[in-house]
Amino acid sequence: MAKIRGKSSTIWRGGVGWTSALVMFFPIFWMLLASFKTEIDAVTTPPLLFFTPTFENFAAVNQRADYFAYAWNSLAESLGATLLGLAIAVPAAYAAAFFPTKRTKDLLLWMLSTKMLPAVGVLVPMYLLFRDTGLLDTRTGLIIVFTLSNLPIVVWMLYSFFKEVPYEILEAGRMDGARAGAQIRLLLIPLTLPGIASTALLSVILCWNEAFWSLNLTAAKAGPLTAFIASFSSPEGLFWAKLSAASTLAIAPILVFGWLTQRQLVRGLTFGAVK
Amino acid sequence: MAQLSLRNVAKSFGTVNIIKDLNLEIADRELCVFVGPSGCGKSTLLRMIAGLEEITSGDLMIDGERVNDVPPDVRGLAMVFQSYALYPHMTVRDNMAFALRLAGVSRQERYARIDKVADLLQLRPYLDRRPKALSGGQRQRVAIGRAIVREPKVFLFDEPLSNLDAALRVQTRIELARLHERLNATMIYVTHDQVEAMTLADKIVVLRDGHIEQVGSPLELYHHPCNRFVAGFIGSPKMNFCSVKVKAPSSSGVSIDLPGGASMVAPVAATRLKEGEPLILGVRPEHMKVIGPAGDGPITFSGEVMVVERLGGQTFLYVQATPEDLFIIAVDGDSLVKVHDRVALGFAPKECHLFDHGGTALEQLARHPLAA
Repeated sequence: MAKIRGKSSTIWRGGVGWTSALVMFFPIFWMLLASFKTEIDAVTTPPLLFFTPTFENFAAVNQRADYFAYAWNSLAESLGATLLGLAIAVPAAYAAAFFPTKRTKDLLLWMLSTKMLPAVGVLVPMYLLFRDTGLLDTRTGLIIVFTLSNLPIVVWMLYSFFKEVPYEILEAGRMDGARAGAQIRLLLIPLTLPGIASTALLSVILCWNEAFWSLNLTAAKAGPLTAFIASFSSPEGLFWAKLSAASTLAIAPILVFGWLTQRQLVRGLTFGAVK
Repeated sequence: MAQLSLRNVAKSFGTVNIIKDLNLEIADRELCVFVGPSGCGKSTLLRMIAGLEEITSGDLMIDGERVNDVPPDVRGLAMVFQSYALYPHMTVRDNMAFALRLAGVSRQERYARIDKVADLLQLRPYLDRRPKALSGGQRQRVAIGRAIVREPKVFLFDEPLSNLDAALRVQTRIELARLHERLNATMIYVTHDQVEAMTLADKIVVLRDGHIEQVGSPLELYHHPCNRFVAGFIGSPKMNFCSVKVKAPSSSGVSIDLPGGASMVAPVAATRLKEGEPLILGVRPEHMKVIGPAGDGPITFSGEVMVVERLGGQTFLYVQATPEDLFIIAVDGDSLVKVHDRVALGFAPKECHLFDHGGTALEQLARHPLAA
């Protein structure tokens, strides 16, 4: 009895899993397909599944905008924001995890609560700040924004990884002569390296995919790949095939990156759930 | 080489006072054991000495120097944690080298010192292993080795044996005693296990609710506990207690009425006692004897045996000596007494302890020769 139920529930669960995976993957699949179609094929009804593939969209896209310049911006901004974020978040999470006060939990919740505010709510002040400090359309400016907007999540993730390290190990370090810096560098970071790595991965992905601030605060000079995609969407009507080609180019690196690091990522994304 | 003194030391977390105005001297090369029930503050006190907890008020002196505000590593102490707290990502050698590395000791000297300690603790074959690949006992030895390598002034042990199984605990206890003799170092040892306290200590400090109940050698505490708490805490199984009344105080002791109707003279300082005053009588299980149902001596109690625990070499009888009090009697393992037998119990007057209604012990007229 139990065995039969076990089998049918496996099939049931497998079915749900595959269905939701396909539903989630379909838009990406369709985008990929469209990027190899001609503009006419791309908008035909009923949609075409079989067609003669063409690379003309990729050529056109690259002619109109310098893909590699945008990709370099994305890379520099994602990595820069991630490194800066970790540099701030590691000491913060160390303090919160090992030297909590009565207000530590409140502080952490407050940090997280900043993510509940819609970003557009602070667009005008941010824009003015950026304009007056000359940070508009600069990589530095975007790195600062990415760092700040991901900091709550990065701190929270690191906090939960650090909490798993027994405090006594750090105390033993203190007895052995390790002050805060040495404790972090020689004990905490090596012990939580997998956690820090998955936090960094998530941060890179979030930065890479960020669109709101990229679109509003940058133009051609510091624009990352999200801005690159957007530049194909509006002005002269929708060109589905070219837009798809641009999108494919933009998400390809991060997709490969995510694929290669998925084990680390899953551990990071389920943080706190599995102890 | 270190002498430690605590002067009016106190610790509070907010409004909660954990350690209250505590004074203590620990001599050079002494092995001092802090013992007490959980929550008595013994671990906190050790951590205050270590420098892991701030001292709210009072002075901690090491070799005559006030070290309240000196960071842990500069105090020249080494600590062995209950959980060992080894660095999981480092080999045994690196674990032991960590403090020396931070102190800037050269690689050559580090390795020489580690090799010496590894020989002392038989850790040579494990130097390149990670803690994960070691058994509990080996980890324990690494933790001790990590402390020894630093050549500290004082060793601090926080319940170091409580994570080991019973057999290993006994073995490690003996190793620790030998180590203390060989290293000739001052050691402070925290435990809730009174067998560890009795066997290892030069001096035991019994703590309760953040203050010292009594300080003394193991046998001093055993034979001359200064109050009912210490009397009940030291010794296993626990001392038996029952209420008695003063019949007649005199200069050679006090004559008291026992619950069963018998009376006896206890050799304690009794000059301030009044007739009819209630006292608590305490007798250790090992000092009570079953004197046969017929009674061939001064019967002091009689009662029904409720439980018999046979340990092999020794048997514990739980006897309902009075309607309120279940006494534990330690008898020979070959004793033929069975459950529900009625037995008569006796004890030598010099083995009894008397406490006033506040729990303070009445001083015995003769000191035990081993507790002088």
